[in-house]
Amino acid sequence: MKPFAFARPGSVAEAVREVSAEPNAVFLGGGTNLVDHLKLGVARPDLVVDVRTLTSRETTDTADGGLLVGAAVSNSELAADRRVREHYPVLAQALLAGANGQLRNLATVGGNPLQRTRCVYFQDVTTACNKREPGSGCAAVGGYTRYHAVLGVPAALPDATAADTCIATHPSDMAVALAALDAVVHVLGPQGARTLPFRELHRLPGDDPSRDTVLGHGDLVTAIELPPLPMAARSTYRKVRDRASYAFALVSVAAALDVDGDTVRDVRLALGGVAHVPWRATRAEEVLRGGPATEHAFRAAAEAELAAAQPQPGVDGGNGFKIPLLTRTITATLRDLTEGATS
Amino acid sequence: MTDLLEPRAMGRDLVRRDGVQKVRGTATYAYETPVESPAFCHPVQATVARGRITGIDTEAAEALDGVLAVLTSENAERLASTDDAELAVLQSPDVAFRGQVVGVVVAETSELARQGADLVVVTYAEQEHDSALTVDHPGLYAPEKVNPSYDTDVVQGDVDAELAASAVVVSHTYATAMVHNNPLEPHASTALWDGSSLTLWDSTQGVHPDRKAVCTVFGLEEEQVRVVCPYVGGGFGSKGTPHANVVLVTMAARALPGRPVKLALTRQQMFSLAGYRTPTIQRMQLGADRDGRIRALTLDVVEQTSRIKEFAEQTGVPARMMYTANARRTTHRLAALDVPVPSWFRAPGECPGMFGPEVAMDELAHELGIDPIELRVRNDPERDPETGQPWSSRHLVECLREGAERFGWAGRDPRPGVRREGRWLVGTGVASSVYPTMRQAQSTADVRFEDGRYVVEIGAADLGTGAWTVLPQIAADALGVDVDDVEVRIGDTRYPIASVAGGSSGTNTWGSAIAVAAREFRGKFGTDPRDGDEASGQVDQADTDDEHATYAFGAQFVEARVDVDTGEVRVPRLLGVFACGRILNPRTARSQFIGGMTMGLSMALHENSVWDPRIGQVANHDLAEYHVTVNADVGDVQAHWLDEEDPYVNVMGAKGIGEIGIVGTAAAVSNAVWHATGVRVRELPVTLDRLLTALP
Ligand SMILES: Cc1cc2nc3c(=O)[nH]c(=O)nc-3n(C[C@H](O)[C@H](O)[C@H](O)COP(=O)(O)OP(=O)(O)OC[C@H]3O[C@@H](n4cnc5c(N)ncnc54)[C@H](O)[C@@H]3O)c2cc1C
Ligand code: SF4
Repeated sequence: MKPFAFARPGSVAEAVREVSAEPNAVFLGGGTNLVDHLKLGVARPDLVVDVRTLTSRETTDTADGGLLVGAAVSNSELAADRRVREHYPVLAQALLAGANGQLRNLATVGGNPLQRTRCVYFQDVTTACNKREPGSGCAAVGGYTRYHAVLGVPAALPDATAADTCIATHPSDMAVALAALDAVVHVLGPQGARTLPFRELHRLPGDDPSRDTVLGHGDLVTAIELPPLPMAARSTYRKVRDRASYAFALVSVAAALDVDGDTVRDVRLALGGVAHVPWRATRAEEVLRGGPATEHAFRAAAEAELAAAQPQPGVDGGNGFKIPLLTRTITATLRDLTEGATS
Repeated sequence: MTDLLEPRAMGRDLVRRDGVQKVRGTATYAYETPVESPAFCHPVQATVARGRITGIDTEAAEALDGVLAVLTSENAERLASTDDAELAVLQSPDVAFRGQVVGVVVAETSELARQGADLVVVTYAEQEHDSALTVDHPGLYAPEKVNPSYDTDVVQGDVDAELAASAVVVSHTYATAMVHNNPLEPHASTALWDGSSLTLWDSTQGVHPDRKAVCTVFGLEEEQVRVVCPYVGGGFGSKGTPHANVVLVTMAARALPGRPVKLALTRQQMFSLAGYRTPTIQRMQLGADRDGRIRALTLDVVEQTSRIKEFAEQTGVPARMMYTANARRTTHRLAALDVPVPSWFRAPGECPGMFGPEVAMDELAHELGIDPIELRVRNDPERDPETGQPWSSRHLVECLREGAERFGWAGRDPRPGVRREGRWLVGTGVASSVYPTMRQAQSTADVRFEDGRYVVEIGAADLGTGAWTVLPQIAADALGVDVDDVEVRIGDTRYPIASVAGGSSGTNTWGSAIAVAAREFRGKFGTDPRDGDEASGQVDQADTDDEHATYAFGAQFVEARVDVDTGEVRVPRLLGVFACGRILNPRTARSQFIGGMTMGLSMALHENSVWDPRIGQVANHDLAEYHVTVNADVGDVQAHWLDEEDPYVNVMGAKGIGEIGIVGTAAAVSNAVWHATGVRVRELPVTLDRLLTALP
């Protein structure tokens, strides 16, 4: 634990200025992730700027029929919002599937998608981790990989000593739903305000595993916008985990399905617990769209999406089970949504 | 045989005496002890699994404003005894496991201490380490004894001949995971040296054994040391003997005479410094006749200990007495590895040791087409098969029968994998439980008449189990007075010596001492004592029965549901029936039973300290990643008990109940999962990846 300066400026603009001016500064939302990292020495900022009371705590209707959710809205508040429950049940379910009541009361909409990986080596400063300590290698390769990626990773077993290796997953449940819903991120940065598609927020490790997102230093998430998506009224979030509650996803599926008779008119599918990003299953969506709404077709689409999946061997059996588990979970989730459609 | 006390207060459903303080937060735990301007410690831990320290740079830490002392093996005091290598803290530059204490920083605040610890730079000459347990580890050896003093190997009869003569032989390898006790309250202490005397507020399962260990390590007389511990936030065995943290805080405080020093381990540190249960590998054979009579039973156990200190979990021991068999072999082999020191964990021996055998019984029942309850009934021995002694009382069969009745076992379809309710595959399972009834050799109680009330003092411990509440009930009946007229004081070495709260022996031992003290008191002062009259009593060794085999028994029933798509396991029903002698307080007893069963469920489905042998460390060393069963995992948990009076165990007629609940539960869960899915999981925990490929 390293001492740091703490600031609670008067406005978001000031907060952005303060963080931009100090290269080793961070924003603080609910603190449920960052404070742990301060204690563990995973985060070692010189300045912490509290934005919890600066960004909006409102969820407002947008002109086109969507919702604009302020970054300070708590995970619990958003999950309980009647509009979210009716029009975007997948999001309410994803939020409620995350963490526990106390944490959800503190965690913010801005902080949740920016929470960092739960990779146990990332969280232990005595082990090698390219994400925490660029260039140090990746202790996860061949280690405890149960919660690690199978998608978006190289086809061959990664090199544990290479500086670009990272097989971590993004842990957020909420983010998986947002990826399926084509949400939009509102950002206030040193150069002013901008928006970007939520699906472009997170990035694969590429040659710099230390960066989880495309945000630059001083970029503050001010709100998340949910565009109108009528088909999302029939959507669901299925999280598979090692205990019934209060556990991160082994795999998860966010799905919205629009079925016309026996045909899939439209579909949104995103996967959690499987990649460095909330994984939008575009390949499966393509296979499904216009095709039959049958269990067989759902399985075929899942298999198409997972064709490039790469199990990570490791202690305790590795994570190869995630591939059949995902196939089964995607199939079951779509099947259940179809059954919901006909009943 | 003893004359049982007449139960008036005993058996009553009295509320916890310490309940209000705990709920209001006024019960002070070791770390919260109100002291003047305390200093705080943070340990520095080894980052290699084996090696030798070549240099320690403490300069940056010492330069920090507010750091008061930095102790390492280079400047720490030499301890009087280093016989217990786990407690030989900062005595040498050798590193025996990753996470071992190599230094401590003492500072004005806990944050500064932690920062200082981060700044200490230790360099090592790293040596190759060996930390992976395997069934054929080349270093396997037979320990001299297994805990606490059982024979390592026991062979009775001609195993090979009986196996050959068996109609059916079930032969499999079972395994239980490495698990950490993880009490909610971490290992924590406040230490204060005043001249040559030490006061230690320590979270411990026994103030007297704790003091004894500290005295040995530091070469002190008992009069020099006072250990205080009124409340404990759980121990589950991990506070049964002191660990390195206790030595460390005591040393740190000695470096700052007159200043109280506090140390609480972080959760991560607890995974290397506070003990754990060894993983076990159990090779098991059961040979039986067609009618289910067991001819041969073998259980060969492989487990680990640390290279620096032996701890031999007595996993094979319960199989020696549980069922009849014409021939039997139980053995233990250990691998001494570069790992943290294993230690006591709720129901050491019995808990892991009833997993393999009780799943094997289920497998045998299936092979033979006999109901699993019936199979156990047919093999219920009349006498202890190992010693030939009669049982003081054994009501396993009654537990199984009553449990079957309450659970709705009758008419159960024995076929696996055939029941489906919506997305769930449904099954039920059963397993037996056992736990020895033990009494420790030493405990003394004082009874004094004070302001019209009876004050009983004994240096016992309440881990949240109920000693504060139950001991007054025993004292009241022993004195023949109303329980409200009795005050019991525990948790301080100022009170007479008491044994550890462990082995489910606390109430048994301390209650026996209280009964003797009460008898002494009445003998001396009659029923009309004067203020200040006082008598003392010790556990009456003459009263100990060594002609009977004394055990508590039980049976757990489980309904398991397995998600047909994902393999996720849910346990909506968990029911146990126990025969544990007299139940002294149904309220506190129930919480022990259901707590034990819940911990067994946790062991069955979740708990798994994932060992990373490359670095020699538990990878998932915090409570977010090391899963302990949460509320949502627990459905209807019921504990019932038989009215059992056992005149041989003690004057209360009571057996220990703290541990038996965890025993057997994991086997019952695995058996139920098999019944639901047809998949036999022989290795704990039962996670979905172990079921997935076999699901439809
Ligand atoms: C034991 C445990 C279990 C959990 N289980 C789950 C689970 O099952 N599923 C799940 O999804 N999550 C889970 N969580 C994680 C939890 O959801 C996140 O910690 C939480 O959502 C983070 O939000 P926060 O506001 O507290 O973020 P903070 O901790 O405040 O911040 C997280 C990161 O985001 C940055 N940040 C915060 N706000 C902004 C902003 N407005 N703009 C730019 N940057 C910002 C911070 O600098 C920091 O890097 C769990 C957490 C714990 C401790
Ligand atoms: S997987 Fe990524 S986060 Fe984990 S150790 Fe490797 S580099 Fe670090």
